[in-house]
Amino acid sequence: MLIDWFTVGAQALNFLILVWLMKRYLYQPVLQAIDAREQRIAAQIADAAAREATATQEKEEFKRKNTEFDKQRADMLSKATDEVKTERQRLIEEARKAADALSSKRDELLCSDAKNLHESIVRRTQAEVFAIARKTLTDLAGVSLEERMIAVFASRLQALDAAARGRLAEALKQSAEPALIRSAFELPPAQRAVLQQAINVIFSADIHLRFETAPAIVSGIELSAGGQKATWSIADYLASLEQGVDELLAKPVAPVKAPDAIPA
Amino acid sequence: MRLSPDEMIFWQHGWFKLNGTIVFTWGIMLLLAVGAKLITRNLTTEHQRSRWQNLLEIIVTAMQQQIKDVGLRQPEKFIGFLGTLFLFVAAAALCTVIPGYEPPTGSLSTTAALALCVLIAVPMFGIADQGVGGYLKSYLEPTVIMLPFNLISEVSRTLALAVRLFGNMMSGAMILAILLTITPFLFPILMILLGLLTGMVQAYIFSILAAVYIAAAMSTHEPKAPVKT
Repeated sequence: MLIDWFTVGAQALNFLILVWLMKRYLYQPVLQAIDAREQRIAAQIADAAAREATATQEKEEFKRKNTEFDKQRADMLSKATDEVKTERQRLIEEARKAADALSSKRDELLCSDAKNLHESIVRRTQAEVFAIARKTLTDLAGVSLEERMIAVFASRLQALDAAARGRLAEALKQSAEPALIRSAFELPPAQRAVLQQAINVIFSADIHLRFETAPAIVSGIELSAGGQKATWSIADYLASLEQGVDELLAKPVAPVKAPDAIPA
Repeated sequence: MRLSPDEMIFWQHGWFKLNGTIVFTWGIMLLLAVGAKLITRNLTTEHQRSRWQNLLEIIVTAMQQQIKDVGLRQPEKFIGFLGTLFLFVAAAALCTVIPGYEPPTGSLSTTAALALCVLIAVPMFGIADQGVGGYLKSYLEPTVIMLPFNLISEVSRTLALAVRLFGNMMSGAMILAILLTITPFLFPILMILLGLLTGMVQAYIFSILAAVYIAAAMSTHEPKAPVKT
């Protein structure tokens, strides 16, 4: 007999036990492990998707902000450019004004310097002229400058036309104050006496004189009384000299002649 | 000459006997259970896992896929029964490389026991799925006249399951024994290799047929497409 029914029963039982054992020790643990892993992978994929979504969103946000930033920057740049332009204009204007101010100041300074120079030239010239005249007179004629000045002044008074001399004589007589003699330098008493006498003779009256030193009177003598005035000074000579010097300075410098080109 | 390991009796007390079939079956059970226990002891859910765990996962997922391919929607429900059928038959065949071992599936008692298990499991799964009425009604399909034929088919296919496996396994062992006496050197080795292949094929056939029978007993087929007129 090929079939042993006891063995059949035992084998069926054995098989059922084996089914239970396999379920318990093989299928359940393995399937659970697979499920757990798949769940984990699914969770990881979901997480990655979520992260990707977040990243995309952040990227978009970043892009938007970047664009906004670029726009703002461009706006600010153009604004700054405008401001700089305005500021530049303002600064240029200021600089121009300052330059103008400086230029005018410099002009003023130059004028003032020129004036000072002019004055000092005048003074120097005056002093030199007097020194030369004094020395020349002393050396050649044995007379002092003052003597000659008094003489010249007296001859000038003498040479006045009648109307002028009359007006001056009237003024001298009418004036309560003594007539004022102003000179560029101190007159010695002898010269004063000579002058007094000469004036007395010219105006035929005893005229009181008061002597004063006034450097402003350029190397000369001035008689003033009651608004009338008679003067002799070298100012006229100096003016003539000055004109001559000015003409000399104003003369353009002759250009230097260029050497002839050497023929090739 | 022994046709079946049933005849190899180690101990007997009345009708209770401890024959080779039972002892070898216990050996296989022990091997499978202890092996599974040892491997699944250190299961990990990480991406990095041991080779043995990989092997087990491949086997289990392949069985799951096969069951799904047959048409059973929830393979987890059937993998315990069908997977164990396959593993037991396959292990019984693979162990033939061990000298002195005789496959318990070479005994008609064992194959009959397995076929009986299938015979009982099919209506159990069918009733669990569509109820007693629904299941019994399937015997009347397509007409009442088919009832006896359906019943005969039920019994005959069970018988076929048992005899097919028994015949293949027994013949394999038998041919090997005969060949050993005639050409003792290379040829038996080739036959052993062929026997291993046959054993695997038989394990596959047995379990897949059981799956097909169960699938046929269940109403979870795809809904029929409406007929266009």
